[in-house]
Amino acid sequence: MDIRRASHPVIDPKVRRVGFFDQPEPESPHLPDTPPPDPVSSVIMPPPRLLSERTAAVPVPESRFRRHELDDQVPIGSYNPAQCVFRASPTASITSSSVGIIDGEFSEDCSGAGWFRGSELSFPDGGLDLPAVKPHEVLAENRYDDAVNVNNLRRVTEKKHETVKEVSPDTPSVSQPLKAKTTKAERRALQEAQRAAKAASKANGNSAVAESGKASPAKSKKQSSQKKDGPPVTSSVTIYKKSGNHPLEKERKKDPPPQRMQFDDQNRVEKAKRRALVNQTEARNRVEIFRHLPQYEHGNQLPNLESRLFQLDSMHPAVFKVGLRYIAGDISGVNARCTEMLRALQDAIIDYSTPPEKVLIRDLTAKINSYVSFISECRPLSISMGNAIRFVKSRIAKLPLSYTDTEAKTALCSDIDRFINEKIIIADKVIVGHAITKIRDGDVLLTYGLSCVVEMILLSAHDLGKKFRVVVVDSRPKFESQALLARLIAKGLSCMYTHINAVSYIMHEVTRVFLGASAVMSNGTVLSKIGTACIAMVAHEFRVPVLICCEAFKFHERVLLDSICCNELGDPDAVATVPGRMDINYLDNWTNKENLQLLNLMYDVTPSDYISVIVTDHGMIPPTSVPVIVREYGQEHYIT
Amino acid sequence: MPDVHILVNEFVNQLKKRKIEGSQATAKQTAELLRSVISQQRVPQTNQATALINAVRAVGEKLIAANPVELAVGNIARRVLHIIREEDLSLATAAIADLELSAVSDDEDDVERDDYPVLSAAAVAAAARSTLRPPSLQTLLEDAPISAAIPHTSSSGGDSEGKSRSVDKGSRGRKLKHDVIEAVNELIQDISTCYEQIAEQAVEHIHQNEVILTLGSSKTVLEFLCAAKEKKRSFKVFVAEGAPRYQGHLLAKELAARGLQTTVITDSAVFAMISRVNMVIVGAHAVMANGGVIAPVGLNMVALAAQRHAVPFVVLAGSHKLCPLYPHNPEVLLNELRSPSELLDFGEFSDCMDSASGGGSLHVVNPTFDYVPPKLVSLFITDTGGHNPSYMYRLIADYYSADDLVVKRRPVTGS
Repeated sequence: MDIRRASHPVIDPKVRRVGFFDQPEPESPHLPDTPPPDPVSSVIMPPPRLLSERTAAVPVPESRFRRHELDDQVPIGSYNPAQCVFRASPTASITSSSVGIIDGEFSEDCSGAGWFRGSELSFPDGGLDLPAVKPHEVLAENRYDDAVNVNNLRRVTEKKHETVKEVSPDTPSVSQPLKAKTTKAERRALQEAQRAAKAASKANGNSAVAESGKASPAKSKKQSSQKKDGPPVTSSVTIYKKSGNHPLEKERKKDPPPQRMQFDDQNRVEKAKRRALVNQTEARNRVEIFRHLPQYEHGNQLPNLESRLFQLDSMHPAVFKVGLRYIAGDISGVNARCTEMLRALQDAIIDYSTPPEKVLIRDLTAKINSYVSFISECRPLSISMGNAIRFVKSRIAKLPLSYTDTEAKTALCSDIDRFINEKIIIADKVIVGHAITKIRDGDVLLTYGLSCVVEMILLSAHDLGKKFRVVVVDSRPKFESQALLARLIAKGLSCMYTHINAVSYIMHEVTRVFLGASAVMSNGTVLSKIGTACIAMVAHEFRVPVLICCEAFKFHERVLLDSICCNELGDPDAVATVPGRMDINYLDNWTNKENLQLLNLMYDVTPSDYISVIVTDHGMIPPTSVPVIVREYGQEHYIT
Repeated sequence: MPDVHILVNEFVNQLKKRKIEGSQATAKQTAELLRSVISQQRVPQTNQATALINAVRAVGEKLIAANPVELAVGNIARRVLHIIREEDLSLATAAIADLELSAVSDDEDDVERDDYPVLSAAAVAAAARSTLRPPSLQTLLEDAPISAAIPHTSSSGGDSEGKSRSVDKGSRGRKLKHDVIEAVNELIQDISTCYEQIAEQAVEHIHQNEVILTLGSSKTVLEFLCAAKEKKRSFKVFVAEGAPRYQGHLLAKELAARGLQTTVITDSAVFAMISRVNMVIVGAHAVMANGGVIAPVGLNMVALAAQRHAVPFVVLAGSHKLCPLYPHNPEVLLNELRSPSELLDFGEFSDCMDSASGGGSLHVVNPTFDYVPPKLVSLFITDTGGHNPSYMYRLIADYYSADDLVVKRRPVTGS
């Protein structure tokens, strides 16, 4: 591994980019080796073709890294440069394998709850880097110090790194060889040490600004790797400085690294249960291969929760309401869920007032964490919701300390408004504008499920006077598309309606397939409503182009290969009965038969080769360019 | 005669109203009906076979027209025609043999007849079929005028009968009818027991801890899986429910009752789950001569997903499902659209439709069948063993005579 690394001084471009990622402020250009047009905000969206060229133009070693991230995760854990890549963006903490980032941040209090938790398993140390806010920071420090004491060597390194922080251009030369020799465990210890060191330095009156926990390992590695070319060292230090100022609430962590909750892990499930507000009962007759996902009996916790409304004084009523609506299934659709959640958080922020003796930034983040954990107990968070939460928290973290409560609250509310407006509403309009160019007269467009963007596309194409027909494909158990169908017919479109099994029959006459998505992964796969993969597959087989319409805030660095690892289980009883068909009652009392299970999966993963184009607010891109969007624009939400 | 007409009309009505479900039931009833047609048919002194053939053909034509997509009807009609031709031929050859030879005992007969080319060819063909080995080139050539060999059971029965009786014109007429009816009886027997023969092969294909996916419900699949279960294999079954008829629920219930580990999934989850599946086992509605399958709707999707994940796609089909026709545009022409009420409640969208001024229109498409092209099928398991899709044409040639492929003057079954 070391050899591999040594033979590739290529890390530099990466590091440089890392640096640039770290730059929230436009000061970055003065770095000696950062390319001038760096600041993310100034990057203009190139047309799709250009974009892919850009990907191609990325230096080879870069793609090597990418591949490593994607393919072999286990080695990554000990492969520093790669890890450095991950740690690089302080806010995003790009661990390719983890959605969990999302909750990595809020999971302090809900470490039992976030289902879409990043699989930090492959990053035993990564988990430690995803700290949540700890109000009693000193306590945590002490704990870390204890941990650090384990090894004197670590102490030493800690010191070294502290000096590094004090801007000494030559320290990297010390830390680097050291690092080169370290084993994984040592490195992990080193990270802890650094974190503790930072904590100490900060506690020493380094302003109350919280440093990014991630920044430190990132920095140390950056330095070590940058060591290869002399000059940038200073720059990296500057970077560090900046990310240090950068008031992200990445703080020391409690002992357990927040892995994505695996529900086959008895201990953690127990722990989570004790903490949970929502007392869900385990469903019976569970499907063996989905043990790692939560499956609860549906419909019985709602009255219970409602009655507890007044006992849960820690919960803001708006959040509580949203949670209940999630449980009841009133809100479906990623955008709706995300918007509702943001609105609820907004309400909660408006009603928030900083308790005495507490700092708004930290206390509010803790609050948000507890809200989010409640929401995710009600229904597992989707990936886009995770992204939105990440945005909110980064905004909180970046509030100037000088702000009063009122100012901070107004700023946050307008930020949230802006997010909803820009990332969802305007993004949808842009997507409609792009996608509509792909609709011609005489087309037969197929759509599946209920995607509001697709609906907007169809309606506005109709308004433009284009002559086309729509095939609406529906599936069990919810038959969501019927609502879409009703709206389309009401607007005067001519429609065909069928079920998913008949898709091969209808595909002969279809000329375009428009599909929505719940999330787009950086390997180009699309996580979407169950059945989307089938539609895309059949369309691919019939040589019909498949267009995925998806806002860029649903893009995520994580990679997915199959639909098993990361999914959500719905109510199995919904499978047993068919609404309106009383004759289908073979599966009544299915729970009594111990060798009969019902599986109601919510999502599936469409392989990227079935997808012709992804229409996003940044333009139309091939699925291979998703990582580019994630890289170039992923930070945008958090930094700007 | 009149009662046959009544019977035929009744059956035609049932077919038209789609009251008869499933190709096995249809096949059986068709065979029974044709049997009574034959038994009631008065045969003239000469050309009895032609008379029978014409009678059967007339009825078969009606039945096929009643439900052109129920290919089993046509299959059975063709097989009965084939049986008549075979019986006639065997009687004729027996007659020749009897004329040339003095009376011989049954046992010696077979040996003796080897000297006669036509007879020996038939015997070889029968032997070849009974051992399930492809006929030799010689057999094929000599069989060519007959177009295919006789199902061995009927042929041997016919032969022995033919030999034991003296060749008297009058008795030969009764003889032919009798033989044909015997053979049809055997055909009916075959149809009702075919799934047992298929199920016997289950252990050869299912191993311990296998994960099997199926869609919808099929008696053959149920028996197949249960046969493997009875052989103490333990495996898991994913059952896709098969919208819009949800027969999968029924299958799942049966399987669970018989102690198999069963999981019901929605049809849309097929792609998600197939990566964890070792084998797809499904039933078919009909198997075409090119090896394509007319199957319950949704199976094309399953087959594509299976192909994507390199999962074997196994089709179980009794011999009555083998159709001698080559499909043309089968998705449309061999399909049937069912009532929209299975998808949408009646009146649910009527209010939207009323605003006809707005121009919105709604078509609900609810096809019954899917066509699975032969390239997606890994294996056919019939009651005569496992076969490749590319071999189906030859298997079919064993059961049907080329003269009968077109039952009526107009093209049959729209294909």
